[in-house]
Amino acid sequence: MAPEQWVERPRYVQHAEDVAEGAGASNVPSPDEVARGLRATSEGEDLIQILSPEGVLTPHPDFPVEVTGEMLQGLYRDMVLIRRFDREGNSLQRQGQLSIWVPLLGQEAAQIGAGRAMRPQDFAFPSYREHGIAWCRGVDPTALLGIFRGTDHSGWDPKEYRFHDYTIVIGNQALNAAGYAMGQAFDGKVGDGADAEATICFFGDGATAQGDIHEGMVFATAFDSPIVFYCQNNQWAISEPVGKMARLPLFRRAAGYGMPGFRVDGNDVLACLAVTKWALDECRTGNGPVMIEAFTYRMDAHTTSDDPSRYRLAAETEHWKLLDPIERVRVHLVREGLADKAFFDSVDVEADELAARFRDFAVNMQVPPVDRIFSNVYTGPHAEVDRQRADYLEYLAGFEEEGAH
Amino acid sequence: MSAESVTLAKALNLGLRASMEADPKVLMMGEDVGKLGGVFRITDGLQKDFGEHRVLDTPLAESGIIGTAVGLALRGYRPVCEIQFDGFVFPGFDQIISQVAKVTYRSMGAWSMPLTVRIPYGGGIGAVEHHAESPEAFFCHIAGLRVVACSNPADAYWMIQEAIDCPDPVIFFEPKRRYWEKGELDTGVRPDSTFSTVVRRPGDDVTLIGYGATMPVVLAAADAAAAEGRSPEVIDLRTLSPLDLGPVLDSVRHTGRAVVVAEAPRHASLSGEISARITEEAFYSLSAPVARVTGFDTPYPPSKLEEQYLPDLDKVLHAVDRVMDF
Repeated sequence: MAPEQWVERPRYVQHAEDVAEGAGASNVPSPDEVARGLRATSEGEDLIQILSPEGVLTPHPDFPVEVTGEMLQGLYRDMVLIRRFDREGNSLQRQGQLSIWVPLLGQEAAQIGAGRAMRPQDFAFPSYREHGIAWCRGVDPTALLGIFRGTDHSGWDPKEYRFHDYTIVIGNQALNAAGYAMGQAFDGKVGDGADAEATICFFGDGATAQGDIHEGMVFATAFDSPIVFYCQNNQWAISEPVGKMARLPLFRRAAGYGMPGFRVDGNDVLACLAVTKWALDECRTGNGPVMIEAFTYRMDAHTTSDDPSRYRLAAETEHWKLLDPIERVRVHLVREGLADKAFFDSVDVEADELAARFRDFAVNMQVPPVDRIFSNVYTGPHAEVDRQRADYLEYLAGFEEEGAH
Repeated sequence: MSAESVTLAKALNLGLRASMEADPKVLMMGEDVGKLGGVFRITDGLQKDFGEHRVLDTPLAESGIIGTAVGLALRGYRPVCEIQFDGFVFPGFDQIISQVAKVTYRSMGAWSMPLTVRIPYGGGIGAVEHHAESPEAFFCHIAGLRVVACSNPADAYWMIQEAIDCPDPVIFFEPKRRYWEKGELDTGVRPDSTFSTVVRRPGDDVTLIGYGATMPVVLAAADAAAAEGRSPEVIDLRTLSPLDLGPVLDSVRHTGRAVVVAEAPRHASLSGEISARITEEAFYSLSAPVARVTGFDTPYPPSKLEEQYLPDLDKVLHAVDRVMDF
């Protein structure tokens, strides 16, 4: 695209219609916002898709993936189950059992596709919406609850699952992931061996504005690191549309860093799987880094604290319902005779059981002991922290003595 | 306008609006401050009324927000940056420390830096990590920055306007758990400088010193102490850097005892600085060592434990007992 096409309309030149409308007066996008959004999102011809929203499967020549009924059933089950516990998380928050929940609704394919593309030895760095990646890494969904109920800052052993802690400060993890990938390379884990490793870093469209993402990509390319930068472009950073972060589709930035970049239909679990698998293999064999933009949509609020009706149109969400990531797999399974009613029923039962277990776990979580405040601040003893712990426990004991009298 | 009861959030909103009306160079900048009105709705309605050229939904990057605000200030604007939560200021920390604080000094006064950074801070709202921190000491340590904290709606309304008017950069701490607490606001008469320390309750026995989010705790503790026969004097610092020590020292010279209350960790903190200054400058008036009620020297804990971490009425009373019984 020629540069002059990018800037046909400087934003801060006053336009009569903006003034007349009172720019930003409602959740109807301004003409500028529409133009920016189109530039950032409209390049449909670049979208890698294998399973269409209508459930039609078209193999992609560059990203081969062996599709079997059993494999598709597995992906379907994954997506239904994570959606189910995600919805339960929302409900638990509404009922006061969680202080907040971060919904993944709509991003099931983007996460299950990437998560199932990973090998056990690969390492994932999540943001904080990656409940589906956690699922694929074997982290039990109940382990996510501590963060959102406020009993802990994390709930799993990141080394055991090769799944880092959730990272809440936007973009921080990109540099951490780039560094981890540098270590994989320094350790000789890049190559053709069966144990060759790669790293995958998850972040959102909003994060692409952060310097940490830029620096992560600079470091990754500087050190030829085995890392896949996996951007789930759900198109909304709380209230700000992706057009606020980028004039052009995000995957195009990869070219500027000197790495391949792809835009994949983030609601197509097969495309996400095939492209991520290819990218991880490229990385583990020494051709990294790679950037993937999974083009999807945040069907729910940013978090349960957010109210999207203040800034986006309901019609947009309705449109994306037609592109649902789970429905297209279900349609394909049915049409091709790859699954029967008993299968779907069994997944539904399993989903309900998971949700019930998730809920039961959440409502029975105990407040951690006070000692948790002072634990793991340092790896060993620390005179001042230890003194404060002792003083505070003694102070609390004073109340118990008072109560006993 | 006569006095009305408004929330601290609404008072800030009204103060920002007043500044925007008074000076067309005043800009709001931040993540979600436009259409959404900010995650706490502090800028609610401002973009609607002033347009998106004056209330800027920025890309999601704190270094970008602060760094471009510096450039806008150099160009003659008065940017007001919203940092969404305390724990997210750190990507912008470099710009604050390296540029915001030092431009005036470096340029020998050729530049001023009339920039305000609003930071909702502190705990007590049941939030996840990075959403409940009290990072004021980092900024108080840096020469060139003014640091203030409001504790009630009236102060919020006037202090934010004074911050925006100020030719120096102001780090403006907003006690997020007090956003929804109401207080009287009279917008009619602008007070003298609000970047000054005030006595909230006169007393004779012990000086209780707080600021921002801890003030309601301190005032409640003062009530309880008074019910037990003590006579506490309560001080609201309001300005954290520079300190307005006069009222603090006057009070301590009168009472002979001081308790400093802050949510931030204790080590290398503002509470430590106040304690040191009292000891240095009012040593012979002290009947007991200065006591502190602070957060622990740990990261902010998971929210189910935050009530253990935060100063509360019992902890303040306990400290009062200690200095009184010394």
